[in-house]
Amino acid sequence: MAELNKLTAHELIEKLNNKEIVAEEILSALKKRIREVDSKVKAYVRLNKISEPANLRTKEQENKLKGIPVSIKDNICTDGLNTECCSKILEGFRPPYDATVIKRLRQAGAAILDAKTNMDEFAFGSSTENSFFGPTHNPWDLTCVPGGSSGGSAAAVSSDEAILALGSDTGGSIRQPAAFCGVVGLKPTYGRVSRFGLIAFASSLDQIGPITKDVQDCALLMNVISGYDPRDCTSVNIKVPDYTKSLVNDVKGIKIGIPKEYFIAGMDPEVKDILEEAINQLKGLGATYKEISLPHTEYAVAVYYIIATAEASSNLARFDGVQYGFRSQKSEVRSQNLIDMYKKTRGNGFGQEAKRRIILGTFVLSHGYYDAYYLRALKVRTLIKQDFDQTFKEFDCIITPTSPTPAFKIGEKIEDPLKMYLSDIYTISANLAGIPAISVPCGFTKKGLPVGLQILAKPFNEEMLFRLAYAYEQNTSWHKMKPKL
Amino acid sequence: MTYGRLSIPPFKEPRDLSRVGSIMDYETVIGLEVHVHLKTKTKAFCGCSTEFGKEPNSQVCPVCLGFPGSLPVLNKAALEFAIKVALVLNCQVQDSTKFDRKNYFYPDLPKNYQISQYDLPLSRDGFLDINTDGKTKRIGIRRIHLEEDAGKLIHREDASLVDFNRSGIPLLEIVSEPEITSAPQAYEYLTTLKSIIEYLDVSDCDMEKGSLRCDANISIRKKGSTELGTKIELKNMNSFKAVRDALVFEVERQSELLNEGKTVIQETRLWDIEELKTIPMRAKEEAQDYRYFPEPDLTTFIIERNRVEEIRKTIPELPREKMHRFMKEYGLSEYDAKILVASKKDADFAEECIKADEEKNKKPIANWLIGPLAQIAGLANLSISEVKIPGGIPEFIKLKNFEKDGNISNLVAKSVLSESIARGIPASQIIRDKNLFQISDSQKLDNIAEEVIKENTKSAADYKQGKNNALMFLVGQAMKKSQGKANPKAIQEILKRRLEHA
Repeated sequence: MAELNKLTAHELIEKLNNKEIVAEEILSALKKRIREVDSKVKAYVRLNKISEPANLRTKEQENKLKGIPVSIKDNICTDGLNTECCSKILEGFRPPYDATVIKRLRQAGAAILDAKTNMDEFAFGSSTENSFFGPTHNPWDLTCVPGGSSGGSAAAVSSDEAILALGSDTGGSIRQPAAFCGVVGLKPTYGRVSRFGLIAFASSLDQIGPITKDVQDCALLMNVISGYDPRDCTSVNIKVPDYTKSLVNDVKGIKIGIPKEYFIAGMDPEVKDILEEAINQLKGLGATYKEISLPHTEYAVAVYYIIATAEASSNLARFDGVQYGFRSQKSEVRSQNLIDMYKKTRGNGFGQEAKRRIILGTFVLSHGYYDAYYLRALKVRTLIKQDFDQTFKEFDCIITPTSPTPAFKIGEKIEDPLKMYLSDIYTISANLAGIPAISVPCGFTKKGLPVGLQILAKPFNEEMLFRLAYAYEQNTSWHKMKPKL
Repeated sequence: MTYGRLSIPPFKEPRDLSRVGSIMDYETVIGLEVHVHLKTKTKAFCGCSTEFGKEPNSQVCPVCLGFPGSLPVLNKAALEFAIKVALVLNCQVQDSTKFDRKNYFYPDLPKNYQISQYDLPLSRDGFLDINTDGKTKRIGIRRIHLEEDAGKLIHREDASLVDFNRSGIPLLEIVSEPEITSAPQAYEYLTTLKSIIEYLDVSDCDMEKGSLRCDANISIRKKGSTELGTKIELKNMNSFKAVRDALVFEVERQSELLNEGKTVIQETRLWDIEELKTIPMRAKEEAQDYRYFPEPDLTTFIIERNRVEEIRKTIPELPREKMHRFMKEYGLSEYDAKILVASKKDADFAEECIKADEEKNKKPIANWLIGPLAQIAGLANLSISEVKIPGGIPEFIKLKNFEKDGNISNLVAKSVLSESIARGIPASQIIRDKNLFQISDSQKLDNIAEEVIKENTKSAADYKQGKNNALMFLVGQAMKKSQGKANPKAIQEILKRRLEHA
């Protein structure tokens, strides 16, 4: 029998249905794999905490997910389990509640792993190097980054240390690591999945989404986590379709737009070739494509780093040592004064990148700068959204590379934030526009690093993403490739 | 009866009158910022109870504690209460409204930002009519917006504690235009506003419980000047009286500074209730940059016109309307009516009494309400509707009628009411037990008169010879004989008749 941890959720569910296996076996296979390889990959944090999830032996197994383990990014609240955003400042924080997505997963019979997956601190980064616990390594090349910020989730799925995983995507944090690790990652439409219990980075951009081994698992997971939540008033009350129904191997007549602004200098030539090959393949399957223009693309990174940091500076204000998490101890504080406690706690509790973004965000909201930066960014955000609205009047979807380069070396960009920020250049716009986007594996570089294909569609049309991604996957085998560890 | 706490105002040195002349050269510009707790059942953005006085931190949840991952969801009732207030203050209710974050660090603010409204408040451009010097003055309302309250800090010697029960309670901020020109006007504005909000039943407006708070902006300028003077923000005033006193103090302080050729420095000052003066809190240079920006966790709320009209229909009769109706329907004077309508509960109680009273002339019952009953209530720090009258309104009316019909004297009636309330015994029972009815029975009075004349032949003779004082002596004797129960007017008449016709 194949090692269970290497299978997809839908394969496992079939085996569970046929009574070939029991859920406990999946977890033991997974734990064995984690013991074997996580010292190299470091996809999980606080691994000593991994234990037998309680609901494995309950009746929940009759439900959709039947005890399938799900690995959770460290910024999604899990009742009673450490949720620290891989930051020192949330050291020891155990939320007294489940995020809505976790609640839905439990109701569907999933087993939530106690150990969480690694991430850039507060999701600030594109490489998972900004974690308080140290970087995660790319399973395809351990000297490379897994991407970020959901690098832990992507690496865990890629290395078969996870069956299904959840990540969060504010500017590409699901899709870019999925591309770097050769797995499937979906950022849903803003409002499709409840944000309740997701520790906010930038509230108007954040979405939780699946990271999986194939498109079918992605649809399966989306079926469980999607839907209106009265506790998140930015979630939208629109009926959720059964996404597995979109898994049809047929793309005939689908109109694809290829934005010329995305094929720019600085893009890795190998990535370009691989992508063109993929587009041709889709054409061969009956889709049509045409070059389009998204004229405001060049402003996306600038707009993003104003809006996202502005919101982050406010969202992270609550981490002050007063109620929970880390507080700088008396001995370190010269005088026992409140402001000193704030300064020491935040000074010692936040990492470099978090501090950089808090300062940036505070600056752009400051009196005298608000109009020039924040307000102007909001206006350009509207223009970017309009670019997409226009395109989707004529096209069913847009295809782009997920990232301009494959995974880069650990340490390569960490000293140069601007360079790092540019690795999100293709993913950021979907967050600014609130539209759904998926990344699927579409090939490998000569050095053996995965490359991702990004598909974007209009709001609440995840079905289009699934349809195209599934057809592509059915006619390729990139998703079946496994890293050697 | 247990008497409530009596607040005795500390003695205040009279002001140096030589300064008065100089104060007259200036005019005062005051704007008031009033915060009221809306008494919704649950908090503004979560389902926690808003009940006052519960054990600290017993009415909290991840949302009002600002726990990571929690999200606010607007309590629609808070929005509707706010709209109601906006409507009665004649404001333009916007078609849509949004929330903003006001960012600042303070331990009572669990998220270190407050959900408030900045550039698109719920409503603006309204007004409130107040009475000042017998005239009506219209004070503009600049804006009304909804926000969440912070927690409460309790400072101890060894530590500061935070109680988050208050965190997230919906708070309405009502900002006036700087059109108030004196401390008494400010006082009148506040009492009028409070009375209206109480009528709407959307807030307790209890300054002691912190459900109504007021800050003031005040500046003075040379009379006739169109430029505004330097603004001082006043805080820490925990009663309307404190607001008035602080404003009076500031007018004098600022005039004095200007007269001495000095300048007023823009700052925030605190009212010191012990010293009866304002003291500097922080200069404007240290003023905070709140970095307002749209709250991304809350969507824009569309306020539907027909919902606004529905809310408008739920607005009850307001104090001014009620006053005019009381004058018209019950023939009350403006003075009496105004006192009776000041609070809705009292007005309702008064109207119940007035209606229960079968007598057509409502002046006597009104007098009883604003006279003896109000006096007793005031001593106990209660309002008239809160006083427990044994036997209820029927007994109260009975007592009034006994006095009016001359069955008991006014003095006796008042003391009977006090005693009745203090001992919890109906007034009529006290009168019966103590046999307090005046003797008005003419046969009985005649007998008494006869006896008195017989026993005081000298005085009777004196009266007949024209000594009018003698009659009063005889009346006194008759009262004594009757143990004070004789109707003094009646006995006087009978004595007079007997003596003159004998």
